[in-house]
Amino acid sequence: MNFHLKVWRQENGQSGGQFRDYEARDIPAEASFLEMLDIVNEGLVLRGEEPVAFDHDCREGICGMCSLTINGIPHGKGRGTTCQLYMRKFSDGDTIYIEPFRVGAFPVVKDLVVNRTAFDRIISAGGFISERCGAAQDANDTPIGKTVADYAMDAAACIGCGACAAACPNGSAMLFVAGKVGHLGLLPQGKPEAGRRVRGMVAKMDDEGFGNCSNFYECEAVCPAGVPAAFIAKMNRDYAMASVSNAVEATA
Amino acid sequence: MSKPILDAKIPPGPLAHKWTSYKATSKLVNPANKRRYEIIVVGSGLAGGSAAAVFGEQGYNVKCFCYQDSPRRAHSIAAQGGINAAKNYQNDGDSVARLFHDTIKGGDFRSREANVYRLAEVSNSIIDQCVAQGVPFAREYGGMLANRSFGGAQVSRTFYARGQTGQQLLLGVYSELSRQIAAGTVKMHPRTEMLDLVIVDGHAKGIVVRDMVTGEIASHAADAVVLATGGYGNAFYLSTNAAGCNVTATYRAYRRGALFANPCYTQIHPTCIPVSGSYQSKLTLMSESLRNDGRVWVPKKKEDCGKNPADIPEEARDYYLERKYPSYGNLAPRDISSRSAKEVCDEGRGVGPGGLGVYMDFSDAINRLGEATIRERYGNLFEMYENITGENAYKTPMRIFPAVHYTMGGLWVDYGLMSNVPGLFVIGEANFSDHGANRLGASALMQGLADGYFVLPYTIGNYLAPLRGTRPDVGRPEFKQTEAEVRDRIQRLLSVKGDRTVDSFHREIGLLLWDACGMARTKEGLEKAIKRFDEIREEFWKNVRVAGDNEELNQSLEKAGRVADFIDFGQLMCRDALNRNESCGGHFRSEYQTPEGEAQRNDDDYFYVAAWQHTGDGNVPEMIKEPLHYETVQLATRSYK
Repeated sequence: MNFHLKVWRQENGQSGGQFRDYEARDIPAEASFLEMLDIVNEGLVLRGEEPVAFDHDCREGICGMCSLTINGIPHGKGRGTTCQLYMRKFSDGDTIYIEPFRVGAFPVVKDLVVNRTAFDRIISAGGFISERCGAAQDANDTPIGKTVADYAMDAAACIGCGACAAACPNGSAMLFVAGKVGHLGLLPQGKPEAGRRVRGMVAKMDDEGFGNCSNFYECEAVCPAGVPAAFIAKMNRDYAMASVSNAVEATA
Repeated sequence: MSKPILDAKIPPGPLAHKWTSYKATSKLVNPANKRRYEIIVVGSGLAGGSAAAVFGEQGYNVKCFCYQDSPRRAHSIAAQGGINAAKNYQNDGDSVARLFHDTIKGGDFRSREANVYRLAEVSNSIIDQCVAQGVPFAREYGGMLANRSFGGAQVSRTFYARGQTGQQLLLGVYSELSRQIAAGTVKMHPRTEMLDLVIVDGHAKGIVVRDMVTGEIASHAADAVVLATGGYGNAFYLSTNAAGCNVTATYRAYRRGALFANPCYTQIHPTCIPVSGSYQSKLTLMSESLRNDGRVWVPKKKEDCGKNPADIPEEARDYYLERKYPSYGNLAPRDISSRSAKEVCDEGRGVGPGGLGVYMDFSDAINRLGEATIRERYGNLFEMYENITGENAYKTPMRIFPAVHYTMGGLWVDYGLMSNVPGLFVIGEANFSDHGANRLGASALMQGLADGYFVLPYTIGNYLAPLRGTRPDVGRPEFKQTEAEVRDRIQRLLSVKGDRTVDSFHREIGLLLWDACGMARTKEGLEKAIKRFDEIREEFWKNVRVAGDNEELNQSLEKAGRVADFIDFGQLMCRDALNRNESCGGHFRSEYQTPEGEAQRNDDDYFYVAAWQHTGDGNVPEMIKEPLHYETVQLATRSYK
């Protein structure tokens, strides 16, 4: 198959960027999108041109490193990560626009590579259960109903890729934050610090410059892990409760 | 160079008491003194991430490095199936002793007895720890933890979180690590690659790293260096590893004097999606847990191979694993299942493109349990399979084929997980100690977390306690010298400006290793490959083309350094495979097999760990033996029939 590529090239975080045209020729239909870029890059290297930088690692849809916006959609059409997008989903001769995730809080590092450490800082602001290694009770001492465990797992499935924020017209990270708040807050072992957690993570999210949620649900539509947007509603509820109880505790 | 003496420092006493007595007599670092120590941890997966988090929690200052943009992306994340523990929640006869025995036997009696026993012993604490930090393991309706069975075991001892167990365990580790980062005890360095180890007065005291965004080369000093940098499966180019996985950290440590043990022990995983073309960059694993419900078969007759599987009647199918290994059936260990798949394909009975595939059929399980149950157990795997192949495995059998997955070999470590270089600790897949010649399913996650959460935090005190702030400064000549060597190597890579891409070299050595040092190895093939590696190395340094400069994000340069190390390391793998004139676990030498085609071990001559010492670039390395001693286990021919 052959494709016309329009690829975002940007030298570094300080420079400007622009789309550049490349031809991808003789691409097997069974190749993945990233393998198509590998083939194009090999050609560029041999011609003495700078290959296109893009993030990728596991290439099986779980590490969350790949981060391309393809024809305007984070990770491209269909559910899944960029690495799980296969060229047979395109038509021969298609023109394909390839850009980095566009979020104010994810500055471009080079070409298609962005800096997503804002997500790590949000997790550091409360996305954990404070528990000392070695202090745990037997794993079966606290029964957790299957429904609750399964629902927590739905939220925990987040791969931290940032497509939610890239798809959101507000550049909001609400689905990412709500996933972690939901996962830990649903489980009995995560309840003691649930209030602290949601307050800390939301404050950090705002601090990092992510926008607010105005219920577009674009995040849910592009999420490769299928984290339901219902967790955002749950987080809003948790946040309201936590803010109130914090205010009461502070004056008590 | 003097020949090191390999003392594994296994504590005295009966097997079951060794770890308890070791802990009771270990040196402790006073809590107030811990903050005076710095520990470097390279790698942020299950082993490295957990070790860094616990060191931070204990009060040490930790610097943790990873090449990814976030510690949450380490390749432990891709483990699908599960993690073993001897909880015996199923009341099916499991115990620490049985998990220990299964693991020793699974490793074909080539692992160290005392290490494996300790692994089985701490397995239960791992599950407790993970649940406490919020890992959402699968549960039964009553709220208790669910289990499933895995290859090489006759009990259900595997804990799992859908098909994403590695991800959930890693996110647990990452949350602990994030808590320590917030507390200021751990300083995280993402997008930073270790390019060399710094030795000061014979001790590992730091590393030289490259900032992958700016290209800056910098030194970091510490009281101890921990390598948790995973396996070297990407030496084969095509493997189930992430694209960035590499041998550079451990290979560079080997060049600085650390011994590399059993590099030929590699695991070929039986259930991967078959190769479809030369452009392919990776092989995707389908979790072994599928073998609980999938039946593996090929047509009995070659003529049927091209047919639609639905048109092949039951009596014309050969369920070869069930036929050959009736008691374990489709759950035979990985090495045995992989080799059996290779055999039927060699006989011309393989299916799919190139005849390199076998069927894994879920129709019986779907008829028995219903599609909904199968979807609940493996839904994401079936989805992944359909996405990659365009086939619906609920309707037609999956096609699978073995692929390189895990490497049991690694840097040599003693019982305390310290290498022969004092101050250099090696944990997780990067060391060699617990899996022998073959790793059982759901044991890698167990080992990574055991090392990081429950073993190294105890053992490292024995090294650190007597030091008391003797950490060298990065201004010392040893650091400057190592930095200069790193810069020089980068410059050499950039200045070749030849005609071949880095990937083309990587593909070439991958094929070479797959043929000579893959599922079946021969003396002749290995000798040829060892020679070939010399030629490839020469061509690489004359003709590789690396794009761009050092002072930028340069993925071509990153890959070039890694592939250069894979070329040197691949040759070492072949030397080790050539030395071991026996078949055991994942190492199958065609010359050494039983009349039934099973692996023929030679305990008289090869009941030892082969640890290789670097003797200078271009020289033949020296092999040093650590003889194995078993106190309780009887050496036996592994039988899964």
